[in-house]
Amino acid sequence: MNTSYTLGSMHLKNRVLVASGTFGYGNEAAPYTDLRALGGIVTKSVSWLPRQGNAPTRIAETPAGMLNSIGLANVGIDAFIAEKLPFLREIDTEIIVNIAASTTEEYIRILERLEGEEGIAAYEINVSCPNVKEGGLNFGTRCDMTETITRELRRRTERTLIIKLTPNVTHIADFAKSCENEGADAVALINTLVGMAVNIRTRRPVLSTITGGLSGPAIKPVALAKVFEASKAISIPIIGIGGITTWQDAIEFLLVGASAVQVGTASFRDPDAAVKIARGMETYCREEGVEDIQDLVGALHIDAGTAAPGFVKAREQEKV
Amino acid sequence: MSVINTDVEVTSNEQVAEETFALRFHSPSLAGQLLPGQFINIRVSDAVEPLLRRPYSISSVHGEECEILFSLLGKGTHILATKRAGDRIGILGPLGNTFGYEKDFGTAVIVAGGIGVAPFPHLTRVLQQRAIPVLTFLGARNANRVVTRGLANVHVATDDGSEGFHGTVIQALAAYLDSHEVDRPRLFACGPNAMLKATQAFAHERGFACELSLESEMACGIGICQGCPIERTEGERKYALVCTEGPCFDSHEIIFHEHHHA
Ligand SMILES: Cc1cc2nc3c(=O)[nH]c(=O)nc-3n(C[C@H](O)[C@H](O)[C@H](O)COP(=O)(O)OP(=O)(O)OC[C@H]3O[C@@H](n4cnc5c(N)ncnc54)[C@H](O)[C@@H]3O)c2cc1C
Ligand SMILES: Cc1cc2nc3c(=O)[nH]c(=O)nc-3n(C[C@H](O)[C@H](O)[C@H](O)COP(=O)(O)O)c2cc1C
Ligand code: FES
Repeated sequence: MNTSYTLGSMHLKNRVLVASGTFGYGNEAAPYTDLRALGGIVTKSVSWLPRQGNAPTRIAETPAGMLNSIGLANVGIDAFIAEKLPFLREIDTEIIVNIAASTTEEYIRILERLEGEEGIAAYEINVSCPNVKEGGLNFGTRCDMTETITRELRRRTERTLIIKLTPNVTHIADFAKSCENEGADAVALINTLVGMAVNIRTRRPVLSTITGGLSGPAIKPVALAKVFEASKAISIPIIGIGGITTWQDAIEFLLVGASAVQVGTASFRDPDAAVKIARGMETYCREEGVEDIQDLVGALHIDAGTAAPGFVKAREQEKV
Repeated sequence: MSVINTDVEVTSNEQVAEETFALRFHSPSLAGQLLPGQFINIRVSDAVEPLLRRPYSISSVHGEECEILFSLLGKGTHILATKRAGDRIGILGPLGNTFGYEKDFGTAVIVAGGIGVAPFPHLTRVLQQRAIPVLTFLGARNANRVVTRGLANVHVATDDGSEGFHGTVIQALAAYLDSHEVDRPRLFACGPNAMLKATQAFAHERGFACELSLESEMACGIGICQGCPIERTEGERKYALVCTEGPCFDSHEIIFHEHHHA
């Protein structure tokens, strides 16, 4: 049975990656899981300069989910290359460096700096962080900005280029289409949803930044619908993200059109979650007689005559 | 040292004070390596509600069993309180650094507020094995909430005066030190942030060595979420992570702010 997958110039041994910001730089979780059993590791977003991140409180648990306002705390590109990359490079899995920036020029500068480094299979471009004041979501909620960044980065790398999209837009399919048009190899979705929690005793927001990003099982249905929507609009691969906690969740994402998945918040509950999910998917395929896991991608059956969801219709009307 | 991420069997769970429980579980590998000050992350339920694990100090070690002490607060502790011998819980650990019990000092002065007593029985035992004198100052809301198991030379202070000194644990400690000779004290404190802040100020005023065991919201406990920052007093990095660089910090290392929960 085949679980492997080639995405641009990157070869994944299976379809399960760990999501940016939920697995550090690989070394922290190494004692708790077999990193080689992962399809790939997406690093914490790296910015040009180190970022200290937001003041506490950065985390709030919510029903079947959590809010975070980490603020892209990361070591910066120099320390990433000097201190984190050497460890990552030695792991027998694919390394995807997630890049965050506040200007197009900064995205370019970081990517060009990383082009000189070995052991990186792909870039994932974070145009969708809700937790920083400048950049972040501003890029991801404007199609023209998403296009510019994709185009400028595509010109500068042969490595696999993945654009990570935010769900905090009306039609995610438009953004996916922009990425496809400008030569991205894949899109990854979703990043967190903007959310909020209130402490009724102090009558204050729980998070220091008032709002934060919602993740975990609570967002899985939203993520599935977004992946489904995007899959109807583009033909480049989609990496599905959002609330994936079990192998069953991951299979759902493949069926609605994701070619691979990322496991985020679930790693906080169990740093071995992604590996367990990959194993579970394999068992499922064997049980179901699926020879190549690719056969599951987009294999959702929709009965003839079923009314298309509203958002799909809306797009069709726009075209007319 | 090897890390543990597995389900273990609860061996007992008894109420030891008002809304306060001592839960034991069987884990020879954890019991064999756990050092004073370290904690574990407990998955209280197989369901995704509550989603995140809860951090707990290991309070004491009994052969192949470990004990945690917890007081009822929210979702996690209400579920934990229902656990009975034979039930299973998920544990991840050992996590965090240890108290500086190997440092050079004359007397260990433990300062605990409320459920902040949790890590101290294990520390007390290790200090006693090293023949280091231990003094313990314990603050509680009232007499029904006082938990002294596994502690040594305990001086109690209660908010309502129903047991021991009527006032804060810091006031009790100050009064004691004013009337007793204590050889080169080193303070080990754990409790609500307001109490830790007061302990920090007191230690600095008197020039005592002091370390604080902190709490923070935590999602992962192993340094992968960046969710548990505490502000540092100096250095290039503004924040330290409570889960991996703590929970025990030298009192000069960190700054408390108003927004930290009580
Ligand atoms: C390193 C470390 C060690 C810990 N050791 C222990 C221990 O040994 N024994 C123990 O009982 N607890 C300990 N805690 C706290 C524990 O992890 C839980 O936060 C606590 O038990 C409450 O969990 P809950 O699920 O019942 O409450 P939740 O449902 O999480 O919270 C209920 C309410 O209480 C508030 N709250 C949560 N945590 C705190 C807090 N720490 N202080 C004040 N308000 C809070 C929440 O904001 C919420 O409003 C430790 C925490 C850390 C970080
Ligand atoms: C604590 C935390 C930090 C995150 N940091 C980043 C980040 O630095 N860059 C990024 O692109 N996404 C980041 N994310 C978003 C995740 O990669 C993922 O898209 C999102 O959490 C949804 O997946 P999940 O429900 O499986 O967690 C972060 C998420 C969490 C919970
Ligand atoms: S709790 Fe996740 S980094 Fe500390």
